[in-house]
Amino acid sequence: MNLNMNSMESVVAQIQGLSSNSSDITQLHNFLKQSEELLHSDFSRLLSSLAELDPSIHSLGFLYILEACISFPVAKEHVSELLVSVARFINSCSAEQIQLAPNKFISVCKKFKDHIFGLETPIRGVAPMLTAIRKLQSSSEQLTTLHADFLLLCILAKCYKTGFSVLEDDIYECDQPREFFLYCYYGGMVCIGQKQFRKALELLHNVVTAPMSTLNAIAVEAYKKYILVSLIHLGQFSTSFPKYTSSVAQRNLKNFSQPYLELSNSYGTGRISELETFVQTNKEKFESDNNLGLVMQVVSSMYKRNIQRLTQTYLTLSLQDIANTVQLRGPKQAEMHVLQMIEDGEIYATINQKDGMVRFLEDPEQYKTCGMIEHIDSSIKRLMVVSKKLTSMDELMSCDPMYLGKVGRERQRFDFDDFDSVPQKFTV
Amino acid sequence: MEPDEDLGLIADEIYANGDENTQRHRPIISSEQLDVEAYAALYSGRTKIMRLHFIADRCGNASMQLEALRMAYDEIKKGENTQLFREVVQKIDGRLGTNYGPDPAWADSVDRRADLRKEKLESELNAYRTNLIKESIRMGYNDFGDFYYAHGQLGEAFKNYVRTRDYCTTAKHIIHMCLNAILVSIEMGQFTHVTSYVSKAEQSQDALDAITVAKLRCAAGLAHLEAKKYKLAARKFLEVGPELGNNYTEVIAPQDVATYGGLCALASFDRAELKSKVIDNINFRNFLELVPEIRELIHDFYTSHYASCLEYLGNLKANLLLDIHLHDHVETLYDQIRSKALIQYTHPFVSVDLNMMANAFKTSVAGLEKELEALITDNQIQARIDSHNKILYARHADQRNATFQKVLQTGKEFDRDVRSMLLRANLLKHDYIARTSRKH
Repeated sequence: MNLNMNSMESVVAQIQGLSSNSSDITQLHNFLKQSEELLHSDFSRLLSSLAELDPSIHSLGFLYILEACISFPVAKEHVSELLVSVARFINSCSAEQIQLAPNKFISVCKKFKDHIFGLETPIRGVAPMLTAIRKLQSSSEQLTTLHADFLLLCILAKCYKTGFSVLEDDIYECDQPREFFLYCYYGGMVCIGQKQFRKALELLHNVVTAPMSTLNAIAVEAYKKYILVSLIHLGQFSTSFPKYTSSVAQRNLKNFSQPYLELSNSYGTGRISELETFVQTNKEKFESDNNLGLVMQVVSSMYKRNIQRLTQTYLTLSLQDIANTVQLRGPKQAEMHVLQMIEDGEIYATINQKDGMVRFLEDPEQYKTCGMIEHIDSSIKRLMVVSKKLTSMDELMSCDPMYLGKVGRERQRFDFDDFDSVPQKFTV
Repeated sequence: MEPDEDLGLIADEIYANGDENTQRHRPIISSEQLDVEAYAALYSGRTKIMRLHFIADRCGNASMQLEALRMAYDEIKKGENTQLFREVVQKIDGRLGTNYGPDPAWADSVDRRADLRKEKLESELNAYRTNLIKESIRMGYNDFGDFYYAHGQLGEAFKNYVRTRDYCTTAKHIIHMCLNAILVSIEMGQFTHVTSYVSKAEQSQDALDAITVAKLRCAAGLAHLEAKKYKLAARKFLEVGPELGNNYTEVIAPQDVATYGGLCALASFDRAELKSKVIDNINFRNFLELVPEIRELIHDFYTSHYASCLEYLGNLKANLLLDIHLHDHVETLYDQIRSKALIQYTHPFVSVDLNMMANAFKTSVAGLEKELEALITDNQIQARIDSHNKILYARHADQRNATFQKVLQTGKEFDRDVRSMLLRANLLKHDYIARTSRKH
């Protein structure tokens, strides 16, 4: 092709010329695909040509050149400069154009992330990656390949709040199992950081029960955290798996997480001293898994759990008695704990400091307020949406030729007689 | 009468609820120590020896132990079980003088006779088998079973008794076989066999006489007891007819039926069932007359004299621990009876003064609080303790709030489950597509 002869200049010219409307852009896309080889051969002119393009108008062309550019090894001093231009591109590029070449975009973002890890400044990547995800997603239900990387950056930069904003979207569509596992696992960690244990439990549960044909390390780590979070949030852990869990997971996960299962057994006894000695003796194991912090939270959650249990049985109880039954050091400490729990809304009680008595009250919620009714109403609406989705999915599935093909094959194998006997009966 | 005084009287009465038995009852003196001789006289056969053995092992009282061993020794001498004989002699260890030493002459002669008898039985059985006479073969196996049983080889005995099954021609034979199998299984402690043979025997209804029915009920009750199914055990023991009498002493005495049945019923029945099935049960009343302590404690329990009931239980405990079948279950049964009593005591009241309650149960307030706490946590008592004023308040669950709570919770769970279901379905779908596309 003669265009090749003119090399970079003509490429840039083409990009500038063909970026206005959608038919032009399709043409440009084909052109860029053909000239990919050229782009990857000549590093020296790439950076200079980038300067001639506007990322918000010439997004597609800019993306191709940037991708070529970032795939070359870059000298350390130039990295920072390059990252700035990538970040600027991500911020200003047009979502429509980059969605034409998602793979290029993903590869740019991945490289971007790698460089950021190289510089050990994860916080620089958080905001651009979030924008990148939003631009790449066709709907908020889609899981992109970038989600996991973004969450990892959030964890490293301790920007849990930003990470959590992404997790609030319900994800349904995903095609890469590995990405899904990582997304849920990192998502779980972000939620733990935000102390959103319910959401964390849900995400980790998804990892543990996800269909899998071979066991993977992500699931094992997720199961360990699942046990701990379950203890913190629910105060108990049931070792039985739901029946939809893959058989690989059911068979193997427990073998890899013995100390955690023992921890949950020890938690179940309700004796704090026992739990503490167990944690002390197994400290190295938890530490090597980087779970010691969570384990400590499990221990402290036990105090709360025990105090909460007291509210079920007592109407009044002295602080001294609370300290004795919960094994706290003294009434002063018991008072601190109870006060904290009242403030957090975990128990309803009043402390009488004069005679050191705590009076436990019933939950004052009467389910009569407008707010509560609105809450219930919105819950019902949400559930209706969800269940509609389920129905439509079911319908879709039962019309899917591939699914029917598979089911039909299996039916034939198992119920061969049923298939034949029916018409025979009628012909007689 | 002044109203105040009246109230005071009532309060006194409530307060005394439990310890008034001192005036009301003439306390039945349960023997501090088990009368081994009287106890042993209730049983016959192998179980007598085994029970004595058990007592000797468990009682921890030298004179009682020797007494039991002496009687076991005498009993064994009447039979042919040389192995048990040697064990007992070893346990006696010469402490009972020369009369109770290892009698090698006796043991040898028994063994010799046993060998001869075995040979004779074998040749007989072979002859029967060549002639193919069903009834004789059955008898032959039966004799073998008897022989092995007498010599303490229970496994072999069981096998031979069971073998007779193929040669049974009438329902009577089958029942005979079942009873033998049950007897041996009980001795072996194989209670699953007991259950299966009991049900087998019960299938042939027409050939069952009243005594056999009673025996089968006892055996089934024992099997349920061992399996810790106290309610079922209680029902079986309560169904035992008065025909039992002293017909099943090789397994159980009628006194035991009363004890086992009574305790299991107390631990597992509710008030109405206790009244209808135990107290108003004429059959069972006959059994209870044999063990007045149990009768009294059941009545005390029913009439809410818990202190006296628990006192009887406390007195009986030492002896029950020496019972070969009940010893493992005494603690559990006692705990259950005690919790039942506590629950029943609190049930009719809106508020209960813990001091009075502690008095009725002869325990300290602090101890009572702990017990109540456990029961409340278990959701067996719906109440809350006012630890400051030492009062227990009944708690009336607010159905409306509970329903709201439950609905919201269920909604959340549904939401979560459906979402993860959709996710899994999508994952599966993609996985499936990935695999097929790779294949092509």
